[in-house]
Parts: sequence; structure tokens; C-alpha cells
Amino acid sequence: MLRFLTQRRGRDRLDMTDWIAFGFLGLGVFLMLGPVLWLTLSSFKTEAALQEYPPKLLPLAPQFVEVEGFETALQRFQVVSGEHAGRELAQVRRVGLNAQMVDPANPDERLNVHINDREAVRAVQVETENYTGLFTRFNFLRYFWNSTFITVVATVLTVLFNSMAAFALAKYRFTGRNTVFLLIIATLMIPPTVTLVPLFLVVSQMGLINSPWAVIWPAIATPTGVFLLRQYMLTIPDDLLDAARMDNASEWRVYWKIVLPLSAPALAVLIIFSVMWRWNEFLWPLIVLNRSEGFTLQLALNSFQGELQTAWSSLLAMTVLTLLPITLVFAFLQKFITQGIAQSGVK
Amino acid sequence: MAEVELRGIVKDYGAVRVVHGVDLTIEDGTFCVFVGPSGCGKSTLLRMIAGLEDISGGELLIGGARVNDQRAAERGLAMVFQTYALYPHMSVRQNLAFGLENIRMPKAEIAARVSEAARMLQLEPYLDRRPRALSGGQRQRVAIGRAVVREPKVFLFDEPLSNLDAELRVSMRGEIAALHRRIGNTMIYVTHDQVEAMTMADKIVVLRDGRIEQAGAPIELYNRPANTFVAGFIGSPRMNFLPCTVTAREGEGVTLQDAQGRVLHAAVDGRTVADGEEVQLGIRPEHLHPDPEGYPVTVENVEQLGGESYLYARTETGIALTAHLSGQTTLARGSRTHLAIRPDFAHVFRKDTTALPRLRLGELENVM
Repeated sequence: MLRFLTQRRGRDRLDMTDWIAFGFLGLGVFLMLGPVLWLTLSSFKTEAALQEYPPKLLPLAPQFVEVEGFETALQRFQVVSGEHAGRELAQVRRVGLNAQMVDPANPDERLNVHINDREAVRAVQVETENYTGLFTRFNFLRYFWNSTFITVVATVLTVLFNSMAAFALAKYRFTGRNTVFLLIIATLMIPPTVTLVPLFLVVSQMGLINSPWAVIWPAIATPTGVFLLRQYMLTIPDDLLDAARMDNASEWRVYWKIVLPLSAPALAVLIIFSVMWRWNEFLWPLIVLNRSEGFTLQLALNSFQGELQTAWSSLLAMTVLTLLPITLVFAFLQKFITQGIAQSGVK
Repeated sequence: MAEVELRGIVKDYGAVRVVHGVDLTIEDGTFCVFVGPSGCGKSTLLRMIAGLEDISGGELLIGGARVNDQRAAERGLAMVFQTYALYPHMSVRQNLAFGLENIRMPKAEIAARVSEAARMLQLEPYLDRRPRALSGGQRQRVAIGRAVVREPKVFLFDEPLSNLDAELRVSMRGEIAALHRRIGNTMIYVTHDQVEAMTMADKIVVLRDGRIEQAGAPIELYNRPANTFVAGFIGSPRMNFLPCTVTAREGEGVTLQDAQGRVLHAAVDGRTVADGEEVQLGIRPEHLHPDPEGYPVTVENVEQLGGESYLYARTETGIALTAHLSGQTTLARGSRTHLAIRPDFAHVFRKDTTALPRLRLGELENVM
């Protein structure tokens, strides 16, 4: 792995192309990973640290100290200039441009410090409360379950129905086959917003509003999936299907035992697509899921963002948790895709 | 009993008729080979028997029962494909067992049949491998094994050896022939290779353009080809043809004259031709031999194989003649020689390409 990452063109020192290549790759990593890293680090910040300007990369939190004679803990400051330079003091209160401070070692003496003469003492503090709060204060598990249920069920049905349609379109000769296929492809040209209202009418007529099935049913027939699988299935030799038929296999078994396993690489691609579509879908669930107990994660995230106030700490923590499953699915299935390609290369 | 009978079998693709009313009976236990050039309809015919293609017209009977409307699986046949068509995602064992699992056979019996077939075809060491980890010959054996385990009434082979190299092809030919001897089922085998047809078949069916040109035992086809097409197709190198005119007909045969007035005799029944009629004289390369009395030719090319030699020569009128000589030859390119045609080996074909019946077979003279 290290060898792979450090291989270069120049023998002893870095070649010009190495500089360009590493520079380009570095930029790519920064652009791709930077926001995610920022998000993850920020999700561990306290609400106060999030509001701070200029923002800090690390989750640094102001430090407090208990001082004799004060009921609440006082924030610690380092005085950097002026009369008391070099001392660490605790702030009692701030009055205009001056802060009234106290030395924790000598709590009776009040000191006046200009606010520009002091700097808050900070330490890295991981605010796990952002995450635990999701489970205690919000019904995170409920939203997670809703999203998971919709994603898993819709993906299974998508793969099943699309592959059956693709099988018929790829392997059966019937009149109108190409017409049907073209019609399916043609629906790609219709923007989803156009069908939003009629679809809503249908779904509400069927009484599905506020049920996860309102999100699942309209989503399972995807022209992209049919197209993808059909093109892949065309490469499966007809002889295999004929051989299976000679082997007493019913058409269902031909599909289930021969065509589906051999389409695995294309299925993996479709699964990734479908999971991403369903997991990240926002507009349609927003329309058909109105009760908070039916919310998906994306809707729940949206609900953190109020008109006047946004609960950034919870929002960021939940965003991180929302990203995790899809990252795992991708990482896991990606292996299958490369495997599939390697397999189909060797006949 | 698994006699296969075709009655007026027709296949249309839209408006195009590719098989024109084939009538054929393949007796139980026969190894029957369909042979013909590519596009002659032999594979289509086989796929119709298998049930993979619809039959446009006529009747197909297997074991005396009409099976036109039965699905492929119900006909009790097994097929070996040209591409082997092994399931790439299954091990050899699963490939062999798939057909049996489909008919819900008990597991123990499946295992017994698979191991029996694996033993017979020497596949035991490879049972847990995937097809792509096998060589061409091994894949072929798996494909045959998949047919064997099902104990079908009839085996169908669709050009099974055409993807193998020459050496392997010869040995697999022997294995398939041995398999037929051992299990004695009816087998139908499609090939475009007449050597495969000659060596394996009990019965050869020569097809051209969706019609049967001739059907019969291999030697029968070799000795008495019904027309110039069969005569040219069976036997390698192909038969030589010389255009001639009939000059006389006796009980012994007919007398012919070529364009230059050279007189030739052929031991064929001349009752159906008239004097002066234009015919073709056919002579196989192996029946031409050097003789000072023979036909003068110029040698254009010589192939010496050590044990035998081929002469590619041309007559004075520019007709190509191929001669097969046993042993070696001193003749070289450009040399002139004479090749003799003996009446007992000659075939005569009418203008409509049909053959005149031969009266004597020179081939049977020195039969051991």
C-alpha cells in the first residue's frame, strides 16, 4: 500500500510529473475530503464553539475554573499584554471594553483588563453530547429506522422489478420489444418535478400519505436500472439460457439461477445507485411524509433548521451519522464491482 | 425406444424459409450426423428437435409421440453446445447437478449420478473447480457430463468440437464415439467437418440450403453419392469433376469423350442418359494414379506428407485435378505426368447434378 502510494516516476528524486501528479491528487483529496473532515470535526464542537468567529478547525472549547466565592465556574483567560501580561485570570464579568477579572489564587482582588489584552484559554474538548443528545432528546433511531426501511425495501424491489423487466427486454423476442424499451428510456427525459403533482394525487388517492410505502412504490421502477441491467444482460450468451432450459429449468429458474447471478456486477451498481437515491431523497418524502414519526433522516435534518434558529450541533452530528451507512454500502459493494469486472474479463 | 422421426419439418423466419420440408427417420440407438456447409440449416434443425426453436410446419416424433408442442425440457433430450454453455458461476459439480435439481431428484441420487458421470469422463479431480479454471477439453467433457447425468432419450450435439485444437478434437471424437458405444442412446450430432461425420456416424445426413441432399451410412455416401454436392462434400480432398459428353452406352457402362476428344470409360448404368448428352465425370483424388496411358497433366503443386502425397495438377484444357498418392513421389512443380482414371472408380453425374447408378465399386476390390 505504501509502496503504491509512494511510487513515482523520478528515480532518486521527484520528477516534474510527480509534482504535478501528487499536487493534483492532493488537491482532489482536499476538495473531496476537506468538507467531510470539517463536518466531522465540527460535529464534535459545542454550540458556543460553532458560533465562534473566526471558526477553528479543531473542536476547542473555552475552559472554566471554580473560584472561591463565586457560584458559577468562571472562564479562564490568558492576559497577553498590558499591566497584568503573562498572568492567567478568570473573568468575573465583562463591562463594555473592559473585563473584571480575578486571580483564582487570590480571589478577593478584582483586576480590570482591556478585552483586547486577553485571550481565552482553550483545550480540545470532544462534545459527545451532540451525538448522545440525538438519541435522548430527539428520536434519532426512529428516523434512522424509517430511512433504513425505505432504502432497503425500495432497493430490493427496485433490483427485483428492474431485473425482471431487463431480462424480458434482453432475452425474449416479442413484437414491440424495442418500442417498450424506447418508451422506458424516453421517461428519462421527463423531469421528476413534472410528475410530482400527478404522482401525489395517485399516492393520496391510494391512501398512502404518511406511510413509507408512499416513498417506496413510486420509486421502484427506474428507467436507469432497466437500461443498465438490460445492456449487461445482452452480454450473457443465449446458449447458457438454452442450456438451462434443456436442463429442465423453468423460466423463473433461468432468471433466478442463471441470469441474476451472472448480472451481479450490474446489480451491484444498481444497488449503490438505488441506496443513494433513496437514502438521500428529500423532495418527495417531504411532500408525502408529514408526521414527524414518519420522517426520514433527511427530513429530520431539515427540521433542525428552523426559520429563526438552527440547532447546528445536532444538525452536524446527525449529518455525520446519516453519511455513515451510505459510505459503508459504497465501500462494501465497490469491491464487488471490481470483482465482477475481473470475472467477466476472463471468459 | 427413442426413435426420432421428422415429417415434413419446415422452418420460417418471417417470410424466409430456411428449412424446406425435411423427412427423416433416425432409428433408436443410431449415431446420426447432420453435415453441411454453414447456413445449410443443420443447427436450426437440431434446435427444432431440441425444442429451442419453434417448428413452423410438419411433425416431430420422438419415441413415436408427437412433441411439436412440448417444451424443450419435456422432450427428454440433452444437448451439448458449441460454446459448451457451462454456467460460469457454478462449480463443475453444480453444473452437473443443475438439471437434476430442477426435476427435484433426491440429493443422494444426484450425488450418485454426478460421481458416476465424473468417473466416466475423468472429471473427478475438477469437481469443485469453476469452468473458467478448466481447459477446453475438460470443459467439453463437463458439457458432455451434464448431458449424461440426465440419462436422456436422445443426445444432441451442436458442433461440439469446433472450438478445440486439432489434436484434442481427434481424441474427443474418440471419446464421444466410445460414449455412444457404452450407453447406446440415439445421438444426433451436427458438424460442418466431413471427417467427423465419416468417423463417428452410423448415419450421415447431408444438408444444403435447408434440404436433405442425401442420408445414409458413411461408406454408402462415399461410394454412391446421389449428386455432385454430396460427392464434393464427402471425401477429402474433394472429388475431381471433368465435363464430358456421352458417346456410347453398353451393358458394361458408358463411354465418354472430353472436350479434346479423349475417350474415357465409366462403369455406371447409362440407361437414363442419351448419346450426346453432356455429363460430368467424377473421380476421387485417391483413385487417380500415375500411368503412361492416362490423362496428360501439368503438376502445379506437390504436398509431401511422407506417408502420402498430394498432387495438384491441371489438364491441357485447364481443369484442376487433385491426386492422392500413397507413399512419396519424385514429381516436382512444373513436371508433366499422366493420371489414369479406371472405369470402376468413376462417377457420372447428369446435367441436373444427379448421379447415375454405379455398376461396379472399385473400392470393394481389395477389401480386407
